Amino acid sequence: MSEQATSGPQATPSPQATPSTRRQVGIDLQDAEENRALVDAIRADNPELTIRHLPGLLKLQAAGRMVINRETVEGKLGREWDTGEFQLALVSYAGNFSEWDDDQIIVSWEH
Amino acid sequence: MTQAMPRKRKLPLKERYALLTRDLDWQPSYVGKEQLYPYTSYEGIKVHDWDGWSDPFRLTVDAYYKYQAEKDKRLYAVLDSFAQSQGHLALSDASYLNAIKLFIQGVTPLEYAAHRHFAYLARYLEGPAPRFAALCQSVDELRHAQTQIHTISNYNKYYGGFHSWSKMHDRVWYLSVPKSLFDDAMSAGPFEFLISISFSFEYLLTNLLFVPFMSGASFNGDMPTMSFGFSAQSDESRHMTLGLEAIKFLLEQDEANVPIIQGWIDKWFWRAYRMSALVAGMMDYMLPKPVMSWKEAFELYFEDQMLGGLFPDLDFYGIKPPRHVGDAIAEKDHLSHQVYKILHNFSFAAAFTTSTPTEEHSRWLASQYPDTYQQLYQPVWDRHRRIEAAGGRVFFQGLPQLCQVCQIPMAFTETDDPARISFRRSDYRGETFHTCSNGCQWVFEREPEKYVQAWLPVHQIYQGHCGGPTVPDVLAWYGIQDGDNGEYQGSPDARSWADWHASNPSPAPER
Repeated sequence: MSEQATSGPQATPSPQATPSTRRQVGIDLQDAEENRALVDAIRADNPELTIRHLPGLLKLQAAGRMVINRETVEGKLGREWDTGEFQLALVSYAGNFSEWDDDQIIVSWEH
Repeated sequence: MTQAMPRKRKLPLKERYALLTRDLDWQPSYVGKEQLYPYTSYEGIKVHDWDGWSDPFRLTVDAYYKYQAEKDKRLYAVLDSFAQSQGHLALSDASYLNAIKLFIQGVTPLEYAAHRHFAYLARYLEGPAPRFAALCQSVDELRHAQTQIHTISNYNKYYGGFHSWSKMHDRVWYLSVPKSLFDDAMSAGPFEFLISISFSFEYLLTNLLFVPFMSGASFNGDMPTMSFGFSAQSDESRHMTLGLEAIKFLLEQDEANVPIIQGWIDKWFWRAYRMSALVAGMMDYMLPKPVMSWKEAFELYFEDQMLGGLFPDLDFYGIKPPRHVGDAIAEKDHLSHQVYKILHNFSFAAAFTTSTPTEEHSRWLASQYPDTYQQLYQPVWDRHRRIEAAGGRVFFQGLPQLCQVCQIPMAFTETDDPARISFRRSDYRGETFHTCSNGCQWVFEREPEKYVQAWLPVHQIYQGHCGGPTVPDVLAWYGIQDGDNGEYQGSPDARSWADWHASNPSPAPER
């Protein structure tokens, strides 16, 4: 089922055992044709990304932070792309939208 | 990479959002703030600056309607093509639809309840930014209820159990589990509602409550449910953000808010987790093609993402992981099996059918639960299989005792002893009340004056409020029709399915 093994579930963590830069953030996207370019762009801008396939879903995870750049998506897509369109692809996430403006979306843990 | 075309000039997102959520607000002149917003002080939460609230999505009215319209357009295209191509015949099996019966009876009415309550928050929260976020969520929730009804109505033409979900939600015993949870939240104050529904339900546990239904749908050939699910989930991401924003905002406003919010997290984690027990049973037993076990989903979505990711972030504000989270972890190898045993025993009084897991399914369960399944649960199913091979079927005779808080029959075991039923008792005003776990007992004793008012389906039957004294009386009052309930093998759904897939099938008639 999984394309790449993700790290196993952690035992009950003691808070702050892991700094925010190391804890996994995640984005779950619909596994759809129109999201291929978006996934390619996320992969290009987040080299440490792991992608897991679940039925109908792509589960993207990275340590600490994930960034989506409008310019990269537009380059892959060959057309203009509003960061708001990300809402059409998104199913769920883990983390915090620490930035969402016209050019960039960043998911990260803050503390 | 091609040279980007010059973009149309418009105001940057940040400015558009600020104009909407700051400049359109006004100060009341002929009534006081306390009269205009009478509900935001009695819970003890202190807010000093409502402008400290910001929606990371920076959603504006034009963007909201544009994207929602696009989501609906995509969904209804799928619904049409599924109906036109007789897509229901390509499901993995008709028994799969039991999961969807549970969904429309148990979850869709919650969407409508959420629509109502977010409309209330959109009026009564003091800050314009949270009011607008609540307004969008209120409209979202109405959209979810409507799209779910539209999607699932297609199955109502061919299968049992889909016809009276709204009435059933208000009356049937297992549906009092989700209904009472939402009633609990809606009768709380506005800030507790935010922590209960927006944070605990939407952020902490949404992935366990909703995503399993959608992945299950995808894996079992149910395109329409998968599509409405993902269409709704894209809104859920915004709702998760509202929940996270709410908790951070309230924690940042005043240190005195921290213990109040910790109490709500402790309560609502357990309440929502207990309700998710129904989803656990569904995931492990109701999907002909199972996707992921409850245990694996719990580890991935809750232990990994929430305990491992979110709670270290909240520790910054002095928030600890929920009280009783250890009990939830300790029972992850047992929960789904114990719940499905209840459903299997009592499905003569349910608006879905159940059946003993096949040997193949049993092997899958054994592989997912190596520490418990073969020792504790497989022998139960083997016994059922032997009885059924001889033409029998065991249903529990009599009515179960229900937990005063979560309203699930008292069938969970002690976290350290799977042979002993977990059974807690509390006394209040000279009466005895029973709860199923440390978590539910703690919730009860924190607000006994609230939970003594619980509408417990079994008590109501005994008090004569549910149509009459016999099982057929109660089923008629529930709106359950013959064939909606009981055993799946040999049921009207199973017979129709076999007939439609026979070598010379008669055309599928609409019911």
